[in-house]
Amino acid sequence: MALFPRLLNVIGNHSLLGPDIAVPQRHWEDFTPGSVFESEPRRVTREEIIEFAAAFDPQPMHLDEEAARASMLGSLAASGWHSCCLLMRMLSDGFLSETRFMGAPGIEEVRWLKPLRPGESIRARATVLESRPSRSRPELGFVKFLFELVDSSGACLMTLTVSPMFARRTAADASRDGASG
Amino acid sequence: MRFFEDIAVGDRAEIGRHTFTAEEIKAFAARFDPQPFHLDEGAAAHSLFGALCASGWHTACLWMRLAVEHRRREDAERRARGEPVAALGVSPGFRDLRWPNPVYVGDTVTYATEVLELRPSASRPVWGIMTARNTGTNQRGEPVLLFISSAFVERRQNGGPSS
Repeated sequence: MALFPRLLNVIGNHSLLGPDIAVPQRHWEDFTPGSVFESEPRRVTREEIIEFAAAFDPQPMHLDEEAARASMLGSLAASGWHSCCLLMRMLSDGFLSETRFMGAPGIEEVRWLKPLRPGESIRARATVLESRPSRSRPELGFVKFLFELVDSSGACLMTLTVSPMFARRTAADASRDGASG
Repeated sequence: MRFFEDIAVGDRAEIGRHTFTAEEIKAFAARFDPQPFHLDEGAAAHSLFGALCASGWHTACLWMRLAVEHRRREDAERRARGEPVAALGVSPGFRDLRWPNPVYVGDTVTYATEVLELRPSASRPVWGIMTARNTGTNQRGEPVLLFISSAFVERRQNGGPSS
């Protein structure tokens, strides 16, 4: 109960980030290096691979089985950008929706390690690497993550390293931590 | 696509431009990045961004589409001149992607690519690796997308020493 007024205060300042404000959510302070979160599996269909490619990456190897066989991919596989977008959506639906996520100013690195094939079931895995307060905005902190897209055999298809921003729990915490850091 | 040996560091091309509409910003966000400031004008007005703006992934995906279309036009011109066309392989990834400014409804983004580095692939002699700096700039000259990509590009038949 002692936490409740503080939580309400933060929600009051960031009330437009999500409709589910009744659920207590993870703040910057709640991410500990080494913590791992994993999403539910999601099956990727041939139709959605081709639909995405037609809209955003119309290279024959993402559109057509015949052309894909003649390419470096060996058979039809999703655009790497599609993998990034699927990861974003899977994180948005699960992991991020339970946090005070404030966006990210960029992406440090993406590696496309293995092709994402039609029919594959993928999961998103998030590992906290490190966290630091924002110097310019005491109400925010950065958390550096390694996000992985993992297939049904456990193989990693893609890694994405990024440091998104999260709201901090209270302004008082922020000024105290800022003074010591 | 030109062959690996015919590309030089510093080669730069404007690959195309795109004007973002509210409808497509919302449709993309609903599919892949359902944050209120990408989905709803009212929520966006009260967010850090102040108005509806595109998902950063949307801004980046348009770079990809325009890069493919640009290459397709170049390949058609090469074929029309009777010149051979090199294959472009897969990309191992990208790094240092930044979204320095939001893309708002009605903004026109001009995309460009510039060759940063060229090196032969140690493990695959038929391919070279091209590293490029890619940008998106809005109609006010402000950067909205920056990233460093890499991709495999086909080498001339003999590979090895360039002619």
